[in-house]
Amino acid sequence: MELDRAPLNDPNRPPRWLVPALAAVPGLVLGTFFAWPVGTLLARVLQPGSVADTLASPGLTRVLWFTLWQAVFSTALTLALGFAPAYVLARFRFPGRRAVLALVTVPFMLPTVVVGAAFLALLPATWHGTARAVIAAHVFFNIAVVVRLVGAMWAVIPADLTGAARTLGAGPHQVLRHVVLPLLRPSLIAAGTVVFLFTFTSFGVAALLGGAANPTLEVEIARRATQLGDVDGAAVLSVVQLLVLGGVVWWSARAQRRAALGLAGAATARRRPRARAERRLVAAVAAVTSVVMVAPLTGLVLQSFRLGGRFTLTAWRRLGGTSGGNAGGSSAGSGGGNRPGAGLGVDPLASLFVSLRYAVVATALAVALGGLAALAIATARRHGRLLDVGMMLPLGTSAVTLGLGLLITFDVAPVDWRGEWWLVPLGHALVASPFVVRAVLPVLRAIPPDRAAAAATLGASPLRAWWWVTARAATRPVLAGAGIAAAVSLGEFGATTFLTRAGRETMPIAIGRLLGRAGAIPRAQAFALATILLVVTAAVIALADREVAADAGRS
Amino acid sequence: MLAVRDLTVRFGPRTVLDAVDLDVAAGEVVALLGPSGSGKSTLLRVIAGLLVPDGGSVTVDGRAVTSLPAHQRNIGLVFQDEQLFPHLSVAQNIGFGLRMQGAAKAAIAARVAELLALVGLPGFADRSVGRLSGGEAKRVALARSLAPRPAVLLLDEPLTGLDRDLHDRLATDLAALLRATATTALLVTHDPDEAATIADRIVRW
Repeated sequence: MELDRAPLNDPNRPPRWLVPALAAVPGLVLGTFFAWPVGTLLARVLQPGSVADTLASPGLTRVLWFTLWQAVFSTALTLALGFAPAYVLARFRFPGRRAVLALVTVPFMLPTVVVGAAFLALLPATWHGTARAVIAAHVFFNIAVVVRLVGAMWAVIPADLTGAARTLGAGPHQVLRHVVLPLLRPSLIAAGTVVFLFTFTSFGVAALLGGAANPTLEVEIARRATQLGDVDGAAVLSVVQLLVLGGVVWWSARAQRRAALGLAGAATARRRPRARAERRLVAAVAAVTSVVMVAPLTGLVLQSFRLGGRFTLTAWRRLGGTSGGNAGGSSAGSGGGNRPGAGLGVDPLASLFVSLRYAVVATALAVALGGLAALAIATARRHGRLLDVGMMLPLGTSAVTLGLGLLITFDVAPVDWRGEWWLVPLGHALVASPFVVRAVLPVLRAIPPDRAAAAATLGASPLRAWWWVTARAATRPVLAGAGIAAAVSLGEFGATTFLTRAGRETMPIAIGRLLGRAGAIPRAQAFALATILLVVTAAVIALADREVAADAGRS
Repeated sequence: MLAVRDLTVRFGPRTVLDAVDLDVAAGEVVALLGPSGSGKSTLLRVIAGLLVPDGGSVTVDGRAVTSLPAHQRNIGLVFQDEQLFPHLSVAQNIGFGLRMQGAAKAAIAARVAELLALVGLPGFADRSVGRLSGGEAKRVALARSLAPRPAVLLLDEPLTGLDRDLHDRLATDLAALLRATATTALLVTHDPDEAATIADRIVRW
């Protein structure tokens, strides 16, 4: 606070070149690989013919209509179904609470293709390629958003506030309607917005479960660009989508500001359920939620062992090649006839190593970009807003838009980088670095200004004080952010669809291809590969979570 | 008016209230005086119906209310930290109880105006409760609890946390107000002066 008001030439501030130096690399990368591609996309749309042609194309109304209604329906259903677990997990203490919370929240970080594959494995064949299947998977995927956001708000409603309403004569329904719901409103709007954005731009889930009959806008953009070669049309649709997303975000921010209340403070202590009805409610909600969250993932694992109605290891064996194969080798795949999948243009096992390699590179890039950006934003204080917003933009842009933008921008010399392998992990890093920023920034902002002052009085120069007090504080949250970045990279599907090259398929791409083939074996192989991706991603998330937990325990 | 018999509350192994008896006559203002953390607030919560006791009974005007939920008891409670509804205006907070009863809008408005005048806050109707000072918030909380005309009004350390001057002024106001409205009240406090100023009778805890 005091430091904020200090004059600009305060001799205790770190040197002026520090913030620009920190911001240079993230700013440059963001400008080159995000702003430029999106700008290129917008420029394409400014050619008058393509807009009219695209918007008049047959079937587009259907795509738009389906995208909209499934998103609205998915959002409403997620809010409705997430309400009870949000309440129970936020207000009550019971054995197994942490496990239920993990079951609810982990799916949100899972790759979209894993969720899509899991629902293909779980749902009967008659559901495949239907809107129902898409919506069911969307609810499963996003229930974490409701439980987290609404639950966080619910946790800070003082028990005495509802108690006050009761002493004033409000019955249970009146308490809910007149006190609880109005107080939860901002969080309901926030959660609804996030779920809507995710489901409106759904790609992996919609592509795998909706089939050709139910394409979302995102699926249609990808189809036009990669299958029809109609890049202009795809660009127009991308911009349409950006406009819708921008509109929704703007409306939501305004609505949340209006509904915002000064309801901040410590979370109310969770208590054990007391009355019998309460105990039953908690037990029922915990049990039903657990079953619903576990079922698709269990279905996925089981189906990977099933072929022709029998349990078998065939699919798993064929992942690694049948005829005495050399296990691995990330460059394999192009000529390999010794692996069954390879002949079809997909090498399941190789994709694992490609994914792991890309995840390492993407995580390193995301940590560097996000870490530097967070340090710059925190050090610049008020002037850090621009970079803060800029770093968040790739997250708000749909993955397909980003992939398409990169594809059409870097296709001419001297920036003909489409064939470069690093473009894929770089794309992943752009999507992942906002998570690193979000993990690091709150920690840096919570550092009391007097800590740097204490270092100064002990003889540290402003730069050294900054290094010891601010920069070193970023180490732990950066590790947590790195875990999330790795999970994002492992699961990234939308942007990778555009940037992938033959022989360098990542796991999500390989799963998508396998599921696109006819026959029971590729399908079971896809489930097996998705199981591996599930386990790897869950392990990475668990590691990151441990860092976060260790961090929380220290402060 | 209010009769508490043999009331017992245990939190796990700890007995917070051990066979407590207490009577408050109609129109009487009683202060429970004792140190913080001695279970006085717990007693108020049990009487209000927010906490289920492990044994004993509460009767109001001869009617057993021990197993009634809080909203059917017609017992008001002024919380130590007010617990005003942050999403409602001052007037909506005060009118909340009448609204729950389904009272007509005009009747609610009239009662709210009456109480605002009574607690000395005319013109505050449309204020947001987030922008009230400590003393104003206490007055609104009091008005809110009085508005539905509770059979008994419970006050849980209602003046704690105010500076000395304001505290003394509010204590006098509160005493006068409870008399003027002929309210049956049970006050919990750790401050002997406050108890002496407000109450007809002091029960040492």
